[in-house]
Amino acid sequence: MSDRSNSKPETGAFFARDRAWHPPAFAPGYKTSVLRSPQRALLSLDGTISEITGPVFGHSILNELDNDLIHNFAKPGESAIGERIIVHGRVLDERGQPVPGVLLEFWQANAGGRYRHKKETYLAAIDPNFGGCGRAITDDEGRYAFRTIRPGAYPWPNGVNDWRPAHIHFSVFGHGFAQRLITQMYFEGDPMIWKCPIVGTIPDKRAIEQLIAPLDWGNTIPMDARAYKFDIVLRGRRSTLFENRLEGN
Amino acid sequence: MVQDLGYLKETPSQTAGPYVHIGLTPNYSEIGGVYETDLGSVMVNDKTLGERITVTGKVIDGAGAPVKDAVLEIWQADSAGLYNSPSELRGTADPNFTGWGRCPTNSTEGVFRFETIKPGRLPFKDGRKMAPHITVWIVARGINIGLHTRMYFPEEAAANAEDPLLARIEHRDRLATLIAAKEGSVYTFDIHLQGDKETVFLDI
Repeated sequence: MSDRSNSKPETGAFFARDRAWHPPAFAPGYKTSVLRSPQRALLSLDGTISEITGPVFGHSILNELDNDLIHNFAKPGESAIGERIIVHGRVLDERGQPVPGVLLEFWQANAGGRYRHKKETYLAAIDPNFGGCGRAITDDEGRYAFRTIRPGAYPWPNGVNDWRPAHIHFSVFGHGFAQRLITQMYFEGDPMIWKCPIVGTIPDKRAIEQLIAPLDWGNTIPMDARAYKFDIVLRGRRSTLFENRLEGN
Repeated sequence: MVQDLGYLKETPSQTAGPYVHIGLTPNYSEIGGVYETDLGSVMVNDKTLGERITVTGKVIDGAGAPVKDAVLEIWQADSAGLYNSPSELRGTADPNFTGWGRCPTNSTEGVFRFETIKPGRLPFKDGRKMAPHITVWIVARGINIGLHTRMYFPEEAAANAEDPLLARIEHRDRLATLIAAKEGSVYTFDIHLQGDKETVFLDI
């Protein structure tokens, strides 16, 4: 956390979260949420310094292959098996402003829908050259990119015959801890999206569509990898023009 | 028509799922050789100022069972009450303290553990002081949007009594859910997701 982004530090509190846009805690179609959802109301509070601030990670934490899942776990000279894709986009806030210098982490199954995790028991094979994790830090315009293998769909024990659509998990930091977000990216045109109970925890179809990355033909690299674009929006923050001043502190 | 405010909508949250460790703690998940260490696994070094403490506990579901696949992150001020963040404009935080940690609940007992320091007091927006506290954020399979809460310190009764956030809790018997148990330098902070002992979670 030694480096800092080039952005001018902002200290306004964040816009209140629209919790009707996000999935509710209790969403019984996704069975595990039944016992893991608070039943009491959340205690609402305008952001304090504890939420307005947040950790920032410098580029010094990154290795050369951190944003290349095709190679970052592969043996020298080898690569992961599957459809090669590039995923790229921008991290913006609700005001449409880029969020530079923030860490994104990604994780996913391999081309056959198999995760490299000891609790995973799906019979599809492990790819010896695919780990499934990566990370990147946004540039001054909020841009990030990584290359990977398009993940496969996989079955999970929820309903009798539930399958997850192909997806990539994203963890995103902002400039304040209140912007912390974990979400999932889906792929344009996947019919499984509309059958999934986890996708279905989101009440508004427009919000679901915000998680679907379009095929980006313009950025597809001929004879190499197709591209998908996935922009991420974090909470905006207020200007501090009329905020109470923290005098005497 | 009035002018368009032009705001974007925040990207909706989704659960971190059962394999969150692949992305956030790959070395813990036995995916070696990609990252040197798991981010957030060390918060302090030999030069860090302040009182060393251990924060440990479990995340417990609505049936009383420990959640063995959660990941917790904590965010806190240094011993002088300053955050190691570009948005911290009150002074320069201890460079030997990150203020941020990440730890999975283990797959055997569902226990998390952070080696950190006790934070200093902090100003509320109106100049009142907040009691020392640690912000805690929890994600897991079955949790659709990360849960924020705070851990407070039991020996800080006077500071806790004037803390603006604790003062907002209408049902006073619920305050106890935010105050850790202390034994020596070890603080135990169990988080109950649901039920009679449900922890107070925050919309902040």
